[in-house]
Amino acid sequence: MNRYLIDRICRWLIYAVVAAVVALILIFVGFLITKGWSTVSWQFLTTTSDDGIGIRDQLFNSLYLLILTLILSCPIALGSAIALTIYGEKSRFAAVAKMAIQALSSLPSIIIGLFGFLLLVLKFKIGFSVLSGAIALTFFNLPILTQSMSLAIATVPSSRLNAGISLGVSQWHTITKVVLPEAIPGMISGVVLSAGRVFGEAAALIYTAGQSAPKLNYANWNIFDGNSFLNPLRPAETLAVHIWKLNTESIGPNAELISRGTIVVLIITIVAFNFLARQLANHWQHKIYR
Amino acid sequence: MKPNPLFTRSKEIRQDNWGRWLCYISVSILLLLVVTIIYFISSKGIQTFTKNHVSVWSFLTTADWNTGSLNGKADLGALALMTTSFVTTMLAAALATPLAFVIGIYVVALQPKFGQKFVQPIIELLLGIPSVVYGFIGLTVLVPIIRRHFGGTGFGILAGALILALMILPTITSLAIESMRSVDPSYQKFAYTLGCTRWQVIYHVILRISAKKLVVAVIYGVARAFGEALAVQMVIGNTVQFATNLVSPTATLTSKLTTDIGNTIDGTLPNNALWTLALILLLISLAFNLIVKGFTKGDRSA
Repeated sequence: MNRYLIDRICRWLIYAVVAAVVALILIFVGFLITKGWSTVSWQFLTTTSDDGIGIRDQLFNSLYLLILTLILSCPIALGSAIALTIYGEKSRFAAVAKMAIQALSSLPSIIIGLFGFLLLVLKFKIGFSVLSGAIALTFFNLPILTQSMSLAIATVPSSRLNAGISLGVSQWHTITKVVLPEAIPGMISGVVLSAGRVFGEAAALIYTAGQSAPKLNYANWNIFDGNSFLNPLRPAETLAVHIWKLNTESIGPNAELISRGTIVVLIITIVAFNFLARQLANHWQHKIYR
Repeated sequence: MKPNPLFTRSKEIRQDNWGRWLCYISVSILLLLVVTIIYFISSKGIQTFTKNHVSVWSFLTTADWNTGSLNGKADLGALALMTTSFVTTMLAAALATPLAFVIGIYVVALQPKFGQKFVQPIIELLLGIPSVVYGFIGLTVLVPIIRRHFGGTGFGILAGALILALMILPTITSLAIESMRSVDPSYQKFAYTLGCTRWQVIYHVILRISAKKLVVAVIYGVARAFGEALAVQMVIGNTVQFATNLVSPTATLTSKLTTDIGNTIDGTLPNNALWTLALILLLISLAFNLIVKGFTKGDRSA
């Protein structure tokens, strides 16, 4: 067989396979959206599951956990990224730390969840709570956030640091006033991307934030009250855990309906996060490197 | 007496020291976290052997999992769980890898413009979908289809592997695209000037040069599949036994952990045995890490 024929056959095969996979994915996502679309309504988003099929509390828990997780993980990730890329750039310590972070990022999320269960729920006796969940999600989020922040800082040319030194200002001054502002676009898109991952995570949460959603009172701002929506010591079932729970333990009459609706909410939120990350990165890039 | 400003530290220096400390403290928190995870899971996991005196050998080489005290004696063997985990993962990788490589070739060598603008984002859409959603689709769509066409209950290795394949497809694809793109374009130009066809360039130049990194891409996919818990747990059937075929219900390390850890009492043998499973899972995922390290040794770009 001549090589031109082989070339043509292989190319057409590749086109066919790619077309098939892309079609499969589009059908898959389209199926998810269209099947659940009819369930999603204002009422679905604003009533509780006790009153019927609503997901108000789960939606709030997801957002609350996400915000707490970002508050906990961003400073630590930022500090680590600075230490790894600027202060200790070529040190043995940084090399070891990078290896550890790599290992941490590859751990299965169920292991993170079990560790959180062991440390927070059993040892520290915090119980199944928002706080345990947020800390476990922080463990889950830290390595990836640190890596993306390190990458963002590393793209800033090192000539900035040298310029700072030649001007006689301290390294800290150069970092906070010159390097970080320049690295911010990359860091923000890293944070938004990780937010998408955190939002859909369930395995790290089922044994830390718990699998029940007590009815919340959104008018109660006292964070120490049991039914206050801000109370960090109450169990908090998130959207992703809600889907899992509905489909594993005693499947109720509306389980499939609720799951489909919840999936639409989850996917649209995550796609929005990813889109936002891309847009922000592009927007800032144009502004800085014009 | 006022101290001489020449011999005191300036505000800048003090700030710098503070900042440096804060940064190093954050890294230390991360390191401490890794050490604590390994320590806690290990210390819990070895209690099955130290406190309950189950022999390590029988734990790893027998397949019966029976924690109930029917005859006052528990059978604990993780072999069936480990085998199912490996078989499911390998099957998923075998399904996803060829597809991922083909898409990689398409995006890098055949239609870079269209590929980058449309195909790659569509594949990466899968990356954002949470694992419970895959599990749900497996449960409500895939399992009934398998039940209809292959018999059995539909739950089992086949359903698990198909779902995992879909989940790791974007992981392997993105890494494969990255590694194929890192091949020096001048090699391809040389090959073209020698009269190679496109396929010859792809096969003899691009794939050959990036082969090592492609293997790493697959290992990353395998590691992700191995640690996935909820999606697998929803479609595998959750019965500890050797699967007689691809559609009989069985259980993996992760699915067993997910199902049972909340139903056992802390400190008892059934509970300790589960923590041993967690330890095995932890060790295997660290081993994947070492394998990747071995492959990328001396290779700065990876």
